Amino acid sequence: MAIIEVDGLAKRYGEHTVVDGVSFAVEPGEIFGILGPNGAGKTTTVECVEGLRTPDAGAIRVCGIDPQHGTGELRQLLGVQLQESELPEKLKVGEAMELYSSFYREPADWRELVDVLRLGDKVNTQFRRLSGGQKQRLSIALALVGDPRVAVLDELTTGLDPQARRDAWDLIERIRDRGVTILLVTHFMEEAERLCDRLAVIDSGRLVALASPAGLVAMVDDRQRIRFRPTAPLDHAVLTVLPEVTSVARAGRQLVVTGTGNLLLAVTTALARNQVVAADLRVEQTSLDDAFVALTGRSIED
Amino acid sequence: MSALSRLTVTETKLFFREPMVVFFALAFPPVLLVVLGAIPAMRRPDEDLGGVRLIDLYVPIVIALGLALFALNGLSQLFATYREKDVLRRMRTTPVNPRVLLGAQLLMSTIMSVATMLVVLAIGRLAFDVSLPRQPPAYLVGYLLAALSMFAIGLLVGSLAPTGRSANAIGSLLFFPIMFFTGLWTPRDTMNGVLRTISDLTPLGAGVQTLHDATAGHWPQLPHMAVMLGWTIVASGLAARYFQWE
Repeated sequence: MAIIEVDGLAKRYGEHTVVDGVSFAVEPGEIFGILGPNGAGKTTTVECVEGLRTPDAGAIRVCGIDPQHGTGELRQLLGVQLQESELPEKLKVGEAMELYSSFYREPADWRELVDVLRLGDKVNTQFRRLSGGQKQRLSIALALVGDPRVAVLDELTTGLDPQARRDAWDLIERIRDRGVTILLVTHFMEEAERLCDRLAVIDSGRLVALASPAGLVAMVDDRQRIRFRPTAPLDHAVLTVLPEVTSVARAGRQLVVTGTGNLLLAVTTALARNQVVAADLRVEQTSLDDAFVALTGRSIED
Repeated sequence: MSALSRLTVTETKLFFREPMVVFFALAFPPVLLVVLGAIPAMRRPDEDLGGVRLIDLYVPIVIALGLALFALNGLSQLFATYREKDVLRRMRTTPVNPRVLLGAQLLMSTIMSVATMLVVLAIGRLAFDVSLPRQPPAYLVGYLLAALSMFAIGLLVGSLAPTGRSANAIGSLLFFPIMFFTGLWTPRDTMNGVLRTISDLTPLGAGVQTLHDATAGHWPQLPHMAVMLGWTIVASGLAARYFQWE
């Protein structure tokens, strides 16, 4: 039984269709990613899930609740971390946690939460004195203080340095281990690949693909590419006759061989038979980045 | 602790962390009264005013000034800034009700401004021998009505203004006419008929008259109460109508 169900979601702003028929279902305990370039409709999609926006079409259920009608009950079960929202500048960390705890029927122990988020020594620090990473962690703590069953985290690691980003990833995995289902909005490939059990790729408001990160890569391409510099002249025919090889191309002093199956073994065996050594050998596999380009026709950075 | 009391406590703490806001909302009215009272002419009975001293007239006006500053510069700006910085948007994702949010602001503002009123009355009595209200319940009723109407106007400005800065600008713009009609520059008793009528229709013109009446021992006049109640209902209705989380 899915904990979040989105079916045929559409949202327009005036003439502009931002989300166009998106459907997906998130299972309990999953880290489910929504991946797409900026402006793809990711945030609008999750804001409909959060009940902050009214969809023009489609049905949404979160823990069996329609966000438009059961808003009060939904707020008790759903923790939300918003992209770029602030707290009053002079509010202290502990005061923010106490305040937000008071909004919920059965809040989590906020002192334990700030310890887990390594903010234990910042309880008496005002919001304006926190670093970017600390503000993000506080933002996560506030999303979790209601002891939610589902947490929606939007562009969680944007603006963090690489170390802080890795820390945030560890943290999200620990939150999932507490039994919280996580809906994660991101445009970082590395983040999606590292964290998500499944990914919905959204581009221009449409769902382009839905699979595990490895599944997405496989969906696009199971080809591999080998690059090497032959130590002796080599007739391409030696390689092109192999059933695993689909093409051989010369790139300067290097050869680029593409193919499928056990390509590396087939190529190295053939080379050895002809007493040629493959120097500077590199095997390249399709990455999630490549899969994204193949699925959407553009790079996520565009 | 309930969300309402926790919000009120938190907002009060935040209020006291802004020295400028605290000064203008709480300390400025008493300071102004002391400065006015230090002028000898203010303490002499005035034949034109029927033998009343100017300082007697100015105690309710200073109290009204405190309310206007609190509502138009403090409350409106605070709310608009919260919206500008998405503080409200974040709260919207929690189970807290916007009515509780508005209620906590009103509660804190009322408690603070009643405290200022008491300080001003005490200074007037102790330093300048201004008599205390002969009808304390009537005084309190009149004061609360005036406070509610001004806070509702402040919240309306906060609901309409897109940013804290613009809320501040609108608030300052409203501040001068509202204070003019309380008699800050020309006491109401010396205004001509038209000005006096307009003054009766403004929230603090009616408010100041009500405080005068209660000081003299009379219950507020019905039209004045109706004016303040009207402003409260219209302004708070519009504030709720145009309230936006983001």
